[in-house]
Amino acid sequence: MSNVKDSQWPLWEVFVQASPGIPHKHVGSVHAPDKQMAMQNARDLYTRRSEGISIWVVPAEAIVASNPDDSDMLFEPSNDKVYRHPTFYVMPEGSKNI
Amino acid sequence: MENEKQLEQFEAKINADSKIEPKDWMPEDYRKHLIRQISQHAHSEIIGMQPEGNWITRSPSLRAKLILLAKIQDEAGHGLYLYSSCETLGISREELIEQLHTGKAKYSTIFNYPVLTWADVGAIGWLVDGAAIVNQISLQRTSYGPYSRAMVRICKEESFHQRQGYEIMGKLAKGTAEQKEMAQDAINRLWWPTLMMFGPHDADSAHTGKAMKWKIKRETNDELRQRFIDKTVQQAEIIGLTVPDPELKWNAEKNKYDHGKIDWEEFKRVVNGDGPCNKKRMDNHLKAHNEGAWVREAATAYAAKQVKEEVVG
Amino acid sequence: MTKQEALFNYCLRLGDNSLILGHRLSEWSSKAPIIEEDLALTNMALDLIGRSVALLKYAAEAEGKGHSEDDLAYRRPERKFYNNLLVEQPNGDFAVTIVRQFFNSTFEFLLYEELTKSKDATIAGIAAKTIKEIKYHLRHATDWMLRLGDGTPESHLRVQNALNDLWMFSDELFEMNEVDEILIKEGIAVDLTTLKTNWEKRINEVILEATLIVPTSTFMQTGSRQGIHSEYLGYIIAEMQYLQRAYPDAKW
Repeated sequence: MSNVKDSQWPLWEVFVQASPGIPHKHVGSVHAPDKQMAMQNARDLYTRRSEGISIWVVPAEAIVASNPDDSDMLFEPSNDKVYRHPTFYVMPEGSKNI
Repeated sequence: MENEKQLEQFEAKINADSKIEPKDWMPEDYRKHLIRQISQHAHSEIIGMQPEGNWITRSPSLRAKLILLAKIQDEAGHGLYLYSSCETLGISREELIEQLHTGKAKYSTIFNYPVLTWADVGAIGWLVDGAAIVNQISLQRTSYGPYSRAMVRICKEESFHQRQGYEIMGKLAKGTAEQKEMAQDAINRLWWPTLMMFGPHDADSAHTGKAMKWKIKRETNDELRQRFIDKTVQQAEIIGLTVPDPELKWNAEKNKYDHGKIDWEEFKRVVNGDGPCNKKRMDNHLKAHNEGAWVREAATAYAAKQVKEEVVG
Repeated sequence: MTKQEALFNYCLRLGDNSLILGHRLSEWSSKAPIIEEDLALTNMALDLIGRSVALLKYAAEAEGKGHSEDDLAYRRPERKFYNNLLVEQPNGDFAVTIVRQFFNSTFEFLLYEELTKSKDATIAGIAAKTIKEIKYHLRHATDWMLRLGDGTPESHLRVQNALNDLWMFSDELFEMNEVDEILIKEGIAVDLTTLKTNWEKRINEVILEATLIVPTSTFMQTGSRQGIHSEYLGYIIAEMQYLQRAYPDAKW
């Protein structure tokens, strides 16, 4: 959007896993010229208080995000597929472990 | 009209207290207001490192040094969270920094006051961070998703900052006569500039209307300032320091403190560049930015070579 | 010299190295080339000053005069500081800071790895915690050596100049005196001469990969083992100790 030459390095998105067994969660971004430094910068910025045990860094430009204008098309068709949820089914009275 | 329909949907979302996310449609004014507010907030964190940074090498104990260093480092981190969330609005950090350098973007006027003694370091933590926290807690509920998430993270981390400052002030107030004098002198000089941090009175604030309507801000300048005064006066009393406002008085009817008049002429002067340290703060920032250019370029050049090798190899 | 006196002096040396280098790195606050790097440099400063607290505390214990770590940091004159001359050298440009980090972190990596096996449980304990921090510092410095050396012509020149300028402080890292002799016999200290070949090998590898040249000058500075420093240390001490000296009766 502007012609300013960027001297602040490319943007990377950062995902941190807080403890074993749970998914990595997006926490924010950092700037870095390469993946090693992206990792170090993410560590220094997002785990200063032992917030994580694992970090992913991804070049921001590699992320493909859905367009909000497509939300109807993308997400609403699944609203009426109630049969995908276990509560949809009526089980015989007294049946267990199912 | 597509735009009107979009605006309607946007305002419906705001009214339902739903968050606006980067790819959602938003009015240009909303985007502009956010960029102005978030970048001012980010620049304040970064410029705000300088006044306290003066005292890292002169901290009076190893414990105090570690705490101060960690606190200033947090501020760098908070600046980054905020730049990060501002960048989701389609503006680069380079542009934001350029706006700071050209004076188009502002930062909090409080950082244009000198930090002369160790007590000033305490007063900054206690008063300035205390004021910032009042504002930031309120902003956790801002309507823009990335800004709100940055605020939640910042509030979690900032809670120790104010305690650090209050602890320093408490120790000084209980210390030798010289130390107590140092503490009172700090609050005398920094009290009024701290009250100015919340910005002009609501009636005189150019940006409050839309910012409140779109829930960028959730409470007005005067509401936040009042909350800060009400909690801080009591804290000062506990450690035996006096707030330098002869007109300060508890108003039992309104259940809040009445306070004296803020010198808005001084505020305007400092906002517009004529504060004690405006030039120094900006010169320092520019110097670091310019002296770091060759380092940033070297890292970029090296990264480009590595990518080339990967492709070729 | 008794074993206790040697231990006191040894811990001062280790502690002073951390404290003074931490001081230097903390001076980068608000001055780094980019904010991310500001965080990295001050993070290392925090590691170093934190380590100095542990080491000076133990030094005070070995001294047995009821001093605290703060007394040792804030009330000792410059002639009684024993850090290597390297770590008190000014930050210079970013290249000088990186070369200083690179020399020192490579040295500390080898030193503290050995200190984890020290027969003194406190020192071994501090070393076990510290070695993790140093590994990170070493990676940071090594990565930057490569970036600057093989980056642009300007960065190449600057980092080569920094290598040449700081080379004369490299030998002193391995210098030993009576303190070392006594404590090596006790299995407490590390024989520094055994580290030097490895240090040179690691340094040379990185310098070559960074397309730089290993300095050949043979003139080497020394003095810190006797508390004789460069003129810079006095200013560091003056700044650091100012409040404690100006208000000797005050508690902070």
